[in-house]
Amino acid sequence: MLEISNLACTRGDHQLFSGLSFSLSEGELLQVQGENGKGKTSLLRMLCGFLAPAAGEIRWRGQDIRDLDEEYYAEMVYLGHLNAIKDELNALENLRIGAGLAGCEVDDKEAIAALRHMGLRGRETLPVKVLSQGQRRRVALARLLVGNAPLWILDEPLTALDVGAVGLMQELIGTHLAKNGMVIFTTHQPLEVAGVETRRLTLA
Amino acid sequence: MNKLSLFGLLRLVISRDLMLAMRRRADVLTTLIFFVMVVSLFPLGVGPELGMLRKMAPGVVWVAALLASMLSLGRMFSADYLDGTLEQMLLAPQSLSVLVLGKILAHWMLSGLPLVLMAPVLGLQFDMSVQSLWVLIASLLLGTPVLSMIGAVGAALTLGLRGGGVLVSLLVLPLCIPVLIFGTGAVEAAASGMSVASHLSLLGALLVLALVFTPWVTAQALRISME
Amino acid sequence: MAINWFKYSAPSTFYGLAGKLVPWFAWPSAILFVIGLYIGFFVAPTDAVQGEAYRIIFIHVPASIMSMFLYLIMAAYAALGLIFNTRLSSMMASALAPTGALFAFISLWTGALWGKPMWGAWWVWDARLTSELILLFLYFGFIALHASIDDPRRADRASALLAILGSVNVPIIYFSVKWWNTLHQGSTVKFTGTSMHVAMQQAMFITLVACWMYAIAMTLARVRSIILERERNTQWVAELPEVRS
Repeated sequence: MLEISNLACTRGDHQLFSGLSFSLSEGELLQVQGENGKGKTSLLRMLCGFLAPAAGEIRWRGQDIRDLDEEYYAEMVYLGHLNAIKDELNALENLRIGAGLAGCEVDDKEAIAALRHMGLRGRETLPVKVLSQGQRRRVALARLLVGNAPLWILDEPLTALDVGAVGLMQELIGTHLAKNGMVIFTTHQPLEVAGVETRRLTLA
Repeated sequence: MNKLSLFGLLRLVISRDLMLAMRRRADVLTTLIFFVMVVSLFPLGVGPELGMLRKMAPGVVWVAALLASMLSLGRMFSADYLDGTLEQMLLAPQSLSVLVLGKILAHWMLSGLPLVLMAPVLGLQFDMSVQSLWVLIASLLLGTPVLSMIGAVGAALTLGLRGGGVLVSLLVLPLCIPVLIFGTGAVEAAASGMSVASHLSLLGALLVLALVFTPWVTAQALRISME
Repeated sequence: MAINWFKYSAPSTFYGLAGKLVPWFAWPSAILFVIGLYIGFFVAPTDAVQGEAYRIIFIHVPASIMSMFLYLIMAAYAALGLIFNTRLSSMMASALAPTGALFAFISLWTGALWGKPMWGAWWVWDARLTSELILLFLYFGFIALHASIDDPRRADRASALLAILGSVNVPIIYFSVKWWNTLHQGSTVKFTGTSMHVAMQQAMFITLVACWMYAIAMTLARVRSIILERERNTQWVAELPEVRS
């Protein structure tokens, strides 16, 4: 499904990695590892099409993602370091707008169900600025529940999450993989999904 | 769960930006107050003779509108850039140009439209005739969206740069000169009893041209700036 | 003889070629300037209406022409760099910008010098002078945007987009300024003589060619420094004799 061949990344004069090849097919979980500054985030941003590869190709269903453009974006979700939520809006509004930008219209019922699943019962209509960092991250993660994109690209999804929420994430990823989804993620915390072997890619 | 149409996306982006602005009203008011202040400074600077003020009025109001619209450009994309929303917008499976058009329209409603509505009141300070005031409103209605559109390109190009606010004016102001010329030209023509049709239709042509090209150019600029 | 053009689109090979070409443009430029200005100042006859003051056109007119052409050439190189992702084109665009801005500035300066004896004012809001001023602003915008972005790749691409937007806008600006000028019955800088003397034409043509040569020589010299700066970490730069010593 997702094939990466001979990928290289340079930032400024500095080469982060080169000759990187791997592929990911349905139901697979891939963890990108590496010390700080080894290009984990750059790799994920490249997979999103933000960064142009210095060399190599990224193909989705056999076609270059730069040519697919919007068709590819309809099939992927990216969750970066930044939560992409607005302090001035409440959790519900944030989720509905986030889903809208990702191309799907979500009604209040679905959105509230997703937020409750993420453990935000009773917080749905509070302005996000009164929520804690962990709760904000949960609002952002709720976006994963309302779409049906097969490819998830998660950059440090576990930051600011407590033990309960980490368990929730493991369960969420497990269900997604069981539905033939694909997940690429980076993390510095342990994340294991029962019954699924985590493939590891180390950038050095 | 339904798939969102292009029009639905446009509506979503506009209503989102308006909602955010309504929860942070001070920003909109600052631009408007700046506009009023700049216009009111001119009589203090050049003296209160009504004859001269009447002659200067179109230029003063238009230049002030130009400066006021520069003021709010920095906000067009920077908040979304800082909290990561812009990344998500770039990943939207619909046309990024339409999304950008939505943001431009919302920006105009929040920064251009208030200027248009305030302009007649300021025109009265300069003793403009009723007919001139109508032409002033018409020219601003046609011209201020163009300022927002050209400004959007500048804002996208200078995203996240230090000193971006000043830089964006440096880039955008020269490109806005035609709008200024035709806009003030229309009002001056009306004041001297000539036909205003040619000026206004040229402004309209600029508006159409900008409407066709600038959302796409802004989208490209955003992709460049997000690297 | 077939020349492999693609070979010279790599910065490493173009660096050497540019170095060889610079003197071939710099010297003719200097010689042609001397000849052109000699004809312009000493051979060409005094103008019946404007007296000796008109002689500034031998600098003013070529500078104006160059400033406009160079903007378009710069935008074309920038567009090439943006579309085909060729690094050298983007470097050429940023090498052209200061020379273009310099010509625009000279054109404004000489225009002001010409205006004083003609109208008794250093600056008249003539359509061409005003357009030239706006052109100078556009050059400043390009240079400022390029300078304020740290990542050279983003800087190239962002300023390329600006240059393209500017070059589309230049005709609109020129037309609107002309329109504004006729509405306000402004003065227009025109050559008032009935016909141009042959020596005047010669002088103008020769200084124009000299300006082209100068622009090419300067751009090539500047692009060499840009190449060195951008490629400073590469092997071939480290092996250059001028770098090693």
